[in-house]
Amino acid sequence: MSVKYIGLSEINGPLVALENVSGVGYDEMAKIKLSDGSERLARVVELSGDKAVLQVFEGTKGLSLTNTEIRFEGKPMELPLSPEILGRIFSGAGRPIDGLGEIYPEKTADINGKPLNPVSRTYPRNYINTGISSIDALTTLIRGQKLPIFSGSGLSHNKLAVQIVRQAKIADKNGEDFAVVFGAMGVKNDVADYFKRCFEETGVLKKVVMFLNLSNDPIIERILTPRCALTAAEYLAFEHNMHILVILTDMTSYAEALREFSSSKGEIPGRKGYPGYLYSDLASLYERAGIIEGSSGSVTQIPILTMPNDDITHPVPDLTGYITEGQIVLDRNLDSTGIYPPVSVLPSLSRLMKDGIGEGYTREDHQMVANQLFAAYAKVQDARALASVIGEEELSESDKAYIRFGVLFENKFLKQGFDENRTIEQTLDLGWALLSTLPKAELDRVDEEHLEKYYSAEKAKDIFGEE
Amino acid sequence: MNTIYSVNGPVVKVRNTRDFSMLETVYAGKKRLIGEVIGITEEFTTVQVYEGTSGLMPGEPIEPAGTPMSALLGPGILSNIFDGIERPLKRLEQISGAFINDGSDVSPLDTEREFDVTVTVRPGDTLEAGQIYATCPETPLITHKCMLSPLSKGGEVITAAANGRYKINDTVVTIRNKDGETEELTLCQRWPIRTPRPAAERLPINRPLITGQRIVDTILPVAKGGTAAIPGGFGTGKTMTQHQLAKWCDADIIVYIGCGERGNEMTQVLEEFSQLIDPKTDRPLTDRTVLIANTSNMPVAAREASIYTGITLAEYYRDMGYHIAIMADSTSRWAEALREISGRLEEMPAEEGFPAYLPSRLSEFYERAGYVRTLGGSEGSVTIIGAVSPQGSDFSEPVTQNTKRFVRCFWALDKSLAYARHYPAINWNQSYSEYVEDLADYYKENVRDDFMEVRQEISNILVEENTLMEIVKLMGTDVLPDDQKLLIETARIVRVGFLQQNAYHKDDTYVPLEKQYLMMKAILTLYSEAKQAVSRGVGMNTIMATGLFEKLVKMKYDIPNDRLEMFDDYEKEIKSVMSALA
Repeated sequence: MSVKYIGLSEINGPLVALENVSGVGYDEMAKIKLSDGSERLARVVELSGDKAVLQVFEGTKGLSLTNTEIRFEGKPMELPLSPEILGRIFSGAGRPIDGLGEIYPEKTADINGKPLNPVSRTYPRNYINTGISSIDALTTLIRGQKLPIFSGSGLSHNKLAVQIVRQAKIADKNGEDFAVVFGAMGVKNDVADYFKRCFEETGVLKKVVMFLNLSNDPIIERILTPRCALTAAEYLAFEHNMHILVILTDMTSYAEALREFSSSKGEIPGRKGYPGYLYSDLASLYERAGIIEGSSGSVTQIPILTMPNDDITHPVPDLTGYITEGQIVLDRNLDSTGIYPPVSVLPSLSRLMKDGIGEGYTREDHQMVANQLFAAYAKVQDARALASVIGEEELSESDKAYIRFGVLFENKFLKQGFDENRTIEQTLDLGWALLSTLPKAELDRVDEEHLEKYYSAEKAKDIFGEE
Repeated sequence: MNTIYSVNGPVVKVRNTRDFSMLETVYAGKKRLIGEVIGITEEFTTVQVYEGTSGLMPGEPIEPAGTPMSALLGPGILSNIFDGIERPLKRLEQISGAFINDGSDVSPLDTEREFDVTVTVRPGDTLEAGQIYATCPETPLITHKCMLSPLSKGGEVITAAANGRYKINDTVVTIRNKDGETEELTLCQRWPIRTPRPAAERLPINRPLITGQRIVDTILPVAKGGTAAIPGGFGTGKTMTQHQLAKWCDADIIVYIGCGERGNEMTQVLEEFSQLIDPKTDRPLTDRTVLIANTSNMPVAAREASIYTGITLAEYYRDMGYHIAIMADSTSRWAEALREISGRLEEMPAEEGFPAYLPSRLSEFYERAGYVRTLGGSEGSVTIIGAVSPQGSDFSEPVTQNTKRFVRCFWALDKSLAYARHYPAINWNQSYSEYVEDLADYYKENVRDDFMEVRQEISNILVEENTLMEIVKLMGTDVLPDDQKLLIETARIVRVGFLQQNAYHKDDTYVPLEKQYLMMKAILTLYSEAKQAVSRGVGMNTIMATGLFEKLVKMKYDIPNDRLEMFDDYEKEIKSVMSALA
């Protein structure tokens, strides 16, 4: 079956072409053996008559038209899987790089996955308590959700991700069925180290599978990294009934790798040079989150991306936002005023939150408090804009109340320590205390019954002091 | 036999053949993947494949099916969920499990299910295209009517089966046409998805699609048989708005097309609609709903087809004399699928990489909406409500701009409203509806004589507020004279108390037209009474202290939909309190 092809007919960037091939399928994997004995992986990306175009994962450096031997494997890229992958570190292409040897696979799986039948999905409803007020109260994370962090270079997204992993009460029984799959695409060595160290300190390292493609690793491999990570996650979740939290960082590097690859193939570029299929491609990753009927496991995704120039309309955050179920947006101004986590609450959103909160999940008043906090904080922005024109002194009483509310909201509610783990009751009570600093008549998103129950101007004074 | 020459993503080429015709269905490869011919040149025939092409090899067989891409139409469509090329997803789950395999060839409709068929023709009757020959209850809500295909020449009924239980492929009627050819009629028929189904004539549009959503029904109405677009960046509530419309609008049947959207959302629709009971019929909403789900990770070519599959199903039910509303979420994903395939074909791109034929495709789609007299002689309509996801939330991008040209109702969703959790986040200043004039008579006859005037006054308040806000943004409200402060406070009631609507509140999620009218009336009463008080020299602070403004903001919750007489008390209270102010 396995025919050996010697030599190439063309080399262009990461792509090589060879002629006179037959019996080769689209998306099939191949091994390229160089004359010095080293091996590289390649994938078929185009077939035309007897000509095949392959992308070489480790780059084409050192390849010539004559010094190669290519052997096709007859199947798409597959990842060896077994429960032993927990605690291991792999390269971006799924090869062990921690020196602990190969995996003895229980099975192998195509890393491209297959689309999940919407009929077979279970709608996610179980909320994950992260202990972070801004997330729990306003953009609640739901098990089986894909909720990205939109950040910028230099913001504390990594720290936030680690805090979520550490505090997230995702598991059912004593954390036994909980694991993290970490996919790093084009991140700095320091960042990968930071995550490794934090996982170690938290004692979850044995429950982490890492796929590392660092910024100096080949870009083609970067395209495989999230696919390997998600394949591992699906395997653990749906075949071993574990709750998997997948952290993918940095999606912008991934998209850039895709762009580089696309342009070397000579494809017609879409927006900002990204290929026209960027949406479909990102969707093929993000949609691999969820819960399947008949399995007690789940895949929850927290992809992290850095918005180039902090621009949320850049194609990568833009398309991501259209696919994912909400987003947590970080804000540079908050960050520079020393507020951690610098969650910009107004553009942040969790789409699945509405069905996973309230009575039976968090607390019956959760939705109302969240709506009212959003509405009030939106008014703070108006009041601040006005104050910057006419000065704070000239503001009406209600606008002044909003300015004060805004300061308290940012410093008491958003801001919290890296080790501070707030319960949902604490968070919601804090929300009510903040709302109680506003006149009762301003609160138009909550009903009378709950106003009676929770609104207390005295309590607010106790907590925040007079003025 | 023809063989595959090249494979590039979903695009497959065959070389040196004359066996294929444009838009014909093909089966590609050993797995018999479903595809469609999209281009023919001297040398190459180009095929787009609706399934994943991993593993497909040059040299594998590829064969034409002889027919264009068609939908199978017959009983069993309702309450079902299909993918973009009408494959039943529940059946696929039984065959291949939770993940969808390539090359699963299954009949769209259940061929084993039996229906209680009433045959409505007798031997000797003549039957023409579009006329009904049999009916059967499809769901407890909808009677399915089997019609002679519009393509048929018609003829005389020779045999008609007795009433009884039949499967969709059983012959129930035989006809013979003028030329002596006989035709056997089963319960189902095929129709090419890219061809609009014909109707006898188009009728003028003058009935609203009543949705129970205040901003839609009152301010920006859409007509039955009309078209509307909902553009909005991510997180502005396009999907939420469409869900609300699908749940509550007074169409007979809903076709919900999830085109390149999230899997969990489709699951949510499935779950919610089967649990939600329609108050008008006391049956779950799924009884009148059909879902087309092509989630964003399913093959891109099928995403392009899903829109056509959906509208073909809608037209089929329209021909039975039903009113259909199509929710297409989102048409931008469909346009992007066009772009993606166009790129693979190396066509010359126009704006932002979209193909030059984008506007013509969009207009073809929206023109399939309409209120018609069917070939069978009854009246039916198809209303299209398409979501648009503008890239970078920028409404000047090609899909939004071109859509705007072909729809008559534009509900622009606004980020800042969504940020303040004002839902539905339809921006009343940027949106418009061209149907207001056409529907005026309906509102006058069916709600109140002065409905249109009241509506206009409410709109005027919003327009005036918009002008005043320019000043307020610069100087604050304190500098305004009392009559302008009053206008701003009244506009606040309109915005928060009227336009904003809570989808999770039992009374507020659907509001009958009568209550919408009375709410507006109450606001206007307060406004005019307070205006008189201001002119008598009463200060705004005194007026606000009455608490009436807050009361009206909350009237949507405080007055249940079945106790509209409470509005009388409100009016009395407003008048007595306001006139008591000195």
